[in-house]
Amino acid sequence: MTEKMDADLPAGQEALSIADITPVEVDSPGRRALRRFLRHRLAIGALIVLLVIISLAVFAPTFARYPYEEMNLRDTKSPPSAEHWFGTDRIGRDIWSRTLYGARVSLAVGLATGLLATAIGTTIGALSGYYRGWVDMLLMRFTDIVMTFPSIIIMLTLAALLERSLLNLVLIIGGLSWPPMARLVRGQFLSAREQDFVLAAQCLGVPNRRIITLHILPNILAPMLAQITFSVGEAILIESGLSFLGLGVPLPTPSWGNMLEAARNLEVLQGLPWMWIPPAIATVVTVLCVNFIGDGLRDATDPRLVM
Amino acid sequence: MLKYILRRLLISIPVLIGVTIIIFTLTELAPGDVADYYVDPEAEMTPEAMEQLRQRFGLDQPAPVRYLKWASRLVQGDMGYRYVDGRPVAEVIVLRLGATVRLISTALIFGTVVGVILGVFTGLHQYSFWDFGLTGFSFLFISMPAFIAGIFGLYIFSIKLNLFPVGGMRPVTRAPTFWDSVHHLILPALILSLAYIARFMRYTRFSMLEVIHANYVQSARAKGLRERTVIWRHMVPNAILPVVTVIGLSMPNLVVGAVFIETVFSWPGTGTLYLDAVRARDVPLLMGLNLVMAIVILLANLLTDLAYSWVDPRIRYD
Repeated sequence: MTEKMDADLPAGQEALSIADITPVEVDSPGRRALRRFLRHRLAIGALIVLLVIISLAVFAPTFARYPYEEMNLRDTKSPPSAEHWFGTDRIGRDIWSRTLYGARVSLAVGLATGLLATAIGTTIGALSGYYRGWVDMLLMRFTDIVMTFPSIIIMLTLAALLERSLLNLVLIIGGLSWPPMARLVRGQFLSAREQDFVLAAQCLGVPNRRIITLHILPNILAPMLAQITFSVGEAILIESGLSFLGLGVPLPTPSWGNMLEAARNLEVLQGLPWMWIPPAIATVVTVLCVNFIGDGLRDATDPRLVM
Repeated sequence: MLKYILRRLLISIPVLIGVTIIIFTLTELAPGDVADYYVDPEAEMTPEAMEQLRQRFGLDQPAPVRYLKWASRLVQGDMGYRYVDGRPVAEVIVLRLGATVRLISTALIFGTVVGVILGVFTGLHQYSFWDFGLTGFSFLFISMPAFIAGIFGLYIFSIKLNLFPVGGMRPVTRAPTFWDSVHHLILPALILSLAYIARFMRYTRFSMLEVIHANYVQSARAKGLRERTVIWRHMVPNAILPVVTVIGLSMPNLVVGAVFIETVFSWPGTGTLYLDAVRARDVPLLMGLNLVMAIVILLANLLTDLAYSWVDPRIRYD
């Protein structure tokens, strides 16, 4: 056989042997996604801005020039100056410090809520997509109901009826914003469960729980990543909305949302714009960055997209 | 078609029942009940007297029984009475509904028309300066919640530029003319529609890019039709088909956005009423408003489906 093939080759060309093949660096899907993400300039810019905001929040005690709750009744309503970069509010608290500490609360609530929504959504989506049948039917109809009804309305009702606390806030927002994640994970599971590696695992007698968590889940992390990012951005917006209405983060703690609540007062809106412009811009910039990063991740992890 | 509408209405009923159960369960979570609300804590009621009061209100019965009673009154249009001033909930809601409908429908029309036009424009000029500019704008307004846009809008256009009133629905000092109403409506409706302009623009742009190379577009051009006819008679009607579903899907967001915009602009609609109810923990009013919102959203979904079959005759229901 080999002789024949050799004979078929044009003159002057030798058959390839194994030694001639230089090992090609095989790109793992994760590496490839990372490389594609790094090429996404907007997402990288957004990531840098977001990292700056996060470090400002984490090291708030270093950057803040006054304790955020310190009142100074001799220095109220003062416009931005060298001492108070963002001015002071109506009881003389430093807005710059409050914006920094507010970032801590807003980002932490956003992150915790996004992760909770991810956990619930992944569980429901995985069960639905893996077992199909009546489990799928039941869980998806439930998801539909949660999705058609505007969840913020239920959140408002719950926030009004329950005690105001950070934990309740995270539970309320996270407990109601999982449907998009559930839909995504379900779709991924539906296609993954038909693949050979799942069949192989099933034949080997691997228990379903292990197949779901250790075989399928790691394979669909990439498409989930973008959705996790979006849900964190969404959670930051919902937190600030609820706090703006006076139903979110309980009051002595500053968050961007309840700093914005001050703008509901016409006197503050008109006369003390430095009280609400910093948290407003901080919220929009943060969410914009998170959404850009999410877009970058989605593009980078979508194998069908040619970049 | 009639059969389809009827079937869709029938399907909505179990969903509506589900919603009422959720609403009822939510209020069960609230600490305290009507008896606690009405009784002055300083009145020093004996526990026995409180118990009698609860019996009078029927609060001693198990939750499912109370749910059924509540539901049967609902069917008769009785939503109960406000805790705060004892007025019938249904009457209070109807009084405020008009203002919200006016705000939401204006925003929806605004958002759809402007969004589709911008989407067609950017789709036709892909990668142009305007495409990048408007896409940036749409990103900004998708990431900016309605209330922040509202605060900025109020500050810039009403306070700094003095173009619009700082809130409310009509002037306080005199009887409103038609122009007054429009003048009060423009800014809140425009700001509420910003996120929709952004969303519709992105969807329309995307689907324009899909049809731009379609064969029927080429053959329309080959026939020698004017470019304007090719765009508005051949491309746009096909491109906006998927956009029609987005209108219905954005209804929940619009209802929620209205709550925030009404708060910022002191608009006397159901949104501000909702917040009053939340602040006073006025449970009957909260339940009534939740129910009305659910019905509005279900109806919007139904209308979307019908509109979809109207614009796309290929879809058949049987």
